Amino acid sequence: MTKRMLIIFGLLVVASLILAACTGSTYKCDDPIGCVSYGPGEPVRIASALVISGPNADLGLDSQHGVEIAIEFQGDLFGHPIELQAEDDGCNAEGGQAAGQKIVSDPTIIAVVGTSCSGAGVPMSEVISEAGYVMVSPSNTAPSLTDPDQAWNPGYLRTAHNDKVQGKAMADFAYNVLGVRSAAAIHDGDPYTEGLARVFADSFEELGGTIVEFTAVNKGDTDMRPVLSAVAAAGPPEFLYYPVFTAEGGFLTKQAKEVSGLEDTILAAADGMISDAAIEAVGEAGEGMYFSGPDLSFSGELYDKFLAAYKENFGDPTSVFHAHAFDAANMIFSCIEEVGVQDGESLHIGRQALRDCLYATKDFQGITGTITCNEYGDCADPKISVSQLQNGEYVRIWP
Amino acid sequence: MTPTNTPTLKDAVRYGLLSGLIEINLSAIGFILLLHQRELVAGAFTMGHLFLFTAPIGFAYLLAKKTAAHSRSRVLGYGAIIGALTALPLIILVFLATAFDIRQFLLNISPDLITLLTFGQSVVTGSLILLAINVVLGMLSAALYLLPPQWRKMAVSGLAWVAISGTFSEILLGRLRSFFGRGLTDLIFTGKSLNPGFAVFILVAGALYSYFSQRRHARKEAEGDRSDATVLSLPIETINKIILGVVLLLLPVLLGSYLTEVTNNVGLYVLMGLGLNIVVGFAGLLDLGYVAFFAIGAYVMGILTSEGALGLGMGFTFWTALPFSVLAATLAGILLGMPVLRMRGDYLAIVTLGFGEIIRILALSDMLKPFIGGAQGVLQIPKPSFFGIDLIQPGQLYYIILACVLLAWFISARLRDSRLGRQWMAMREDEDVAEAMGINLVSTKLLAFATGAAFSGLAGAIFASKLTSIFPHSFNLLVSINVLSLIIVGGIGSLPGVVVGSLILVGLPELLREFAEHRLLMYGALLIFMMLARPEGFWPSEVTKRELHAFEEQHQPGTSSD
Amino acid sequence: MLQRLKEIDMLDLFLWVFRTVILVVVVWGTIATIIENPYPTQTWMETIVAGIAQGSLYALIAIGYTLVYGVLFMINFAHGEFFMSGIMTATIFLAGPMSASGYLDRHPYLGLLWITLVTMVVSTAIAVLTERVAYRPLRYAPRLVPLITAIGASFFWQNYFRGLFGSEVKPFPQIAPFAGKITLGSIVVLKTHLVVIIAAILMLIGLYFFVMKTKTGKAIRAVAENKDVAALMGIDVDRAISSTFALGASMAGIAGVLYALVFRQIHFFMGFIPGIKAFTAAVLGGIGSIPGAALGGLFLGMFESVGPGLFLEGLGIPAPHQLKDVIAFTMLVLVLIFRPQGILGERLAEEKA
Repeated sequence: MTKRMLIIFGLLVVASLILAACTGSTYKCDDPIGCVSYGPGEPVRIASALVISGPNADLGLDSQHGVEIAIEFQGDLFGHPIELQAEDDGCNAEGGQAAGQKIVSDPTIIAVVGTSCSGAGVPMSEVISEAGYVMVSPSNTAPSLTDPDQAWNPGYLRTAHNDKVQGKAMADFAYNVLGVRSAAAIHDGDPYTEGLARVFADSFEELGGTIVEFTAVNKGDTDMRPVLSAVAAAGPPEFLYYPVFTAEGGFLTKQAKEVSGLEDTILAAADGMISDAAIEAVGEAGEGMYFSGPDLSFSGELYDKFLAAYKENFGDPTSVFHAHAFDAANMIFSCIEEVGVQDGESLHIGRQALRDCLYATKDFQGITGTITCNEYGDCADPKISVSQLQNGEYVRIWP
Repeated sequence: MTPTNTPTLKDAVRYGLLSGLIEINLSAIGFILLLHQRELVAGAFTMGHLFLFTAPIGFAYLLAKKTAAHSRSRVLGYGAIIGALTALPLIILVFLATAFDIRQFLLNISPDLITLLTFGQSVVTGSLILLAINVVLGMLSAALYLLPPQWRKMAVSGLAWVAISGTFSEILLGRLRSFFGRGLTDLIFTGKSLNPGFAVFILVAGALYSYFSQRRHARKEAEGDRSDATVLSLPIETINKIILGVVLLLLPVLLGSYLTEVTNNVGLYVLMGLGLNIVVGFAGLLDLGYVAFFAIGAYVMGILTSEGALGLGMGFTFWTALPFSVLAATLAGILLGMPVLRMRGDYLAIVTLGFGEIIRILALSDMLKPFIGGAQGVLQIPKPSFFGIDLIQPGQLYYIILACVLLAWFISARLRDSRLGRQWMAMREDEDVAEAMGINLVSTKLLAFATGAAFSGLAGAIFASKLTSIFPHSFNLLVSINVLSLIIVGGIGSLPGVVVGSLILVGLPELLREFAEHRLLMYGALLIFMMLARPEGFWPSEVTKRELHAFEEQHQPGTSSD
Repeated sequence: MLQRLKEIDMLDLFLWVFRTVILVVVVWGTIATIIENPYPTQTWMETIVAGIAQGSLYALIAIGYTLVYGVLFMINFAHGEFFMSGIMTATIFLAGPMSASGYLDRHPYLGLLWITLVTMVVSTAIAVLTERVAYRPLRYAPRLVPLITAIGASFFWQNYFRGLFGSEVKPFPQIAPFAGKITLGSIVVLKTHLVVIIAAILMLIGLYFFVMKTKTGKAIRAVAENKDVAALMGIDVDRAISSTFALGASMAGIAGVLYALVFRQIHFFMGFIPGIKAFTAAVLGGIGSIPGAALGGLFLGMFESVGPGLFLEGLGIPAPHQLKDVIAFTMLVLVLIFRPQGILGERLAEEKA
């Protein structure tokens, strides 16, 4: 029986070699890290690696829909249809690496939109870059990803804003607009919230303010009174910034109102708490609270058209990063159009050429703004806004 | 098994209601709908359908099995009853959902679910169709038991082949494409799923395979047992070992980079499992904080070799840092071991759990942030290199992990059969007796902790180097629980069991990404189901098997194990 | 023999050093904090009351662990899920709609009573079902096997309720009579904290009488003592075990209601961490002992609440509250080194273990 299997296997191998030989082409690739070639009628394949399962699935699915609409609008590239391979980054480092390996094991994929989470982005950026691919992330915000001294890799770009921008903007708003001079910050040990809180604290001190307390809680904590009491005892600060997520944010908001000393402190959080669930969670205690986040007052003809298509296909958007994902996909398409080489009905794309083109993106008109990439792949048009919770609704008040 | 009475109508109703209960719950938690997005056979049959009809088919089959021996005439009727009773709660759900807004309470009872349950028809027509399908499936499934056994096996085998190849179609697609190019895969697949024509082909092939294997089996039996056969004058065991060795060596080539990556992850868990197996399986010390040593191994590797700001910059490479990682983990194992030496059973469990949490929180803390990175983790850890070659590809790292697993396996096997191993097992059975027999509990326990920690530290070091960046969140309680579960699911104390357990609890979930949202639900259900069905594990060690049977004989005289 | 003595001495030496180091750090930190005096008295009072309230919740949950452990000698990992399931269901089906319709404002006490009843019924049902399906068939299996099914049950219920009600954080309405603060002598405390503490004390007293005086309570104690003999005495062991689970789960259910009153926010994952903490509390107090569970819960709540501020603040450690679990678990180890059977545990419990 084993022998029979061996014979069959051998035959299949020979057949595949013959098949492979037949698809050979006359085009000579001179790209330093290789080319991707699509035969007549074969689709141009891009992948997405976003968090499409688990607690953060809303974020990733929303971005994926953005990519799907971009594909729909683009239609084709040099007459080749576009095909999306959707992967899951799992929102953690292991998931990012596994998704990256899955993508680079497919040589017909030219570029990637992803990842959703920065933690997944770090190892994936490495895998993707090593293999000569290129990725554009719609929602990674960790500063380390575009810091050449830390986790930057040559195949990585992003259309999301860097946390440095958001933390700084909040400090600016607190110091200059609200006029507060003392503040405290709380994070929950998540790389995202820790980074944001730290940038806020540093920027606030640079502006001349005082940080009376920089402290942390744990994910899953419920009783925040001890930590809030400590904050109150240290100041009490005029302004308290806790860029955490809904569960811990809800506890912090409600209990802050009950701790003596913090009655007059202005509360503020970040985009982790901009959602309907968060409004319900903070309840009346959150009235008047401030929230920093990317400026979402997108407008223009393109966005209207995009939104109409989104609503028709997928219902209401569940996060804000569909716009960044749409722009990321379009950046890739526009560069493929620029560097793709037609050879009869076949299409050849040099991988290094595509990377160079993406890094050279300048004044690209997307729906998140005018996109210009710097030398380390930070492409976002950094616009941060602050909104306030008024009568159970987020109202944009700055800038 | 004790003889059971002929199933009555009451049993059929009970089975039917149970089946209906399962299906309505699966629907209410969104399981069915989520899986509905995944097609098994393109355009015809989704995974959602599979799970929607699993319970009635299963229960009808089970009852038919019990009934067929007594009364063949009732089999079909009971099948129909089970099918009808399964459909009933679902139909009530459909009517309720259309009449009231239950979605404000149960948010997964969405219009899409109702569409799925009514097959896109109106409520009444759809309900009738649902009822009819369930009844027919119940009857068909029961009817399987009326067929001659040979036919039944063929049908089951064919269906199972379709279900399995449909479930893993994406992986199949990837592998086939890389070996044979697009031409072949376009023939077999539509999008990511099997196309109907090929599904029928698999069905027939599966049935034929079953037919031939049964024939061969029968022929073999007729010719008499020939298991002592030799090939090239080598015993068959040696041949098997050689084949296994060759397959292990060639695995990355056969699997491609993604599946090799999955294999590597499984390998790391095997390594940890082998370590915990010494602590829990051999020495009987319940450790719920095993991830601590994994974390320590990873962080030592990270800090020593990182090229970033946190790295020591003392020129450590993967290979020179590796001994330090293992050493640090071993020391931690001894340090943890000392205070808990006098604690037993569940006290030990909670203290070790606490130790695991302490390590994770310290890694995360602002206090140690200047040294080990806090929430931002350690970045820029180089991958290992081997004589100047950077081992970047999963296929290259695979060999390092393979070597470590083989080493750990070898050490485990030798320890198990050594004097120390026997001391561990004596201690596991009864500490007081062991001590009375002259076994030094202090050193025996500490050696178990130290060895277990060393394996885990080794796994951690490779993990850090493989990921090139480590974050405290990778070292949570779930890892400890996962490792403990996998050694018990595999069969406690058994070395092959660790591998089997890792494949089931680590490998399978990775391949079944579609389930991701409900992964932990399935994981939980699987753990319960496994322990009820096979408390000794998939591949139990000889000792456990003996003990368990002794237990059964002792404690369950004459009663069924229900 | 000499060799062995030497090693034990080494071990004792190590344990002695270990205790001393922890105690020195704690004392040093405490003195430093007192000298530095970062908080006003009112803050200390608030923190202590918060700690007692949190501890009361742990105590109520820990009782379920201890009861089950006393009877079956198994760690019921899924106990935290019993705590979650009841209040989750009651919030979605009762508290939410009642608050939206204004019923809760008109009849706050009656509304709360309904919520409590539903919570207890659901928690109990889930517990009894879990015992029947996942634990009973394994009663004579090796000890690790039911531990694994318990872990499985924990994951299962968590994600089952997540599937039913969604993964979002759900608000629990504020009940008007319990809002705000109250002045007791010189200290100001939250009304909800007071409610939690009083309710916990009442529940503990009630439980004590139930276990000691009622027939079911006696059956539970008999089964805990010796299952075989109890069966010979005509006690239905399965029933007694089921009632143990029911009793523990209804305590956990009430803890769930109190949790919702204080924190006004629930989530499918809310049971896991309190479950582990309660398990810690049960072990701290001496697993198998009901007063031990209560005391352990109280200690743990206090360590978590007061510990970071008292022990670590003075040492100048950044973000001390992040380390409160480190304190809690270190204290556990410390207590177990001094008394391996826990604060109130009997030697007997250890022998059975």
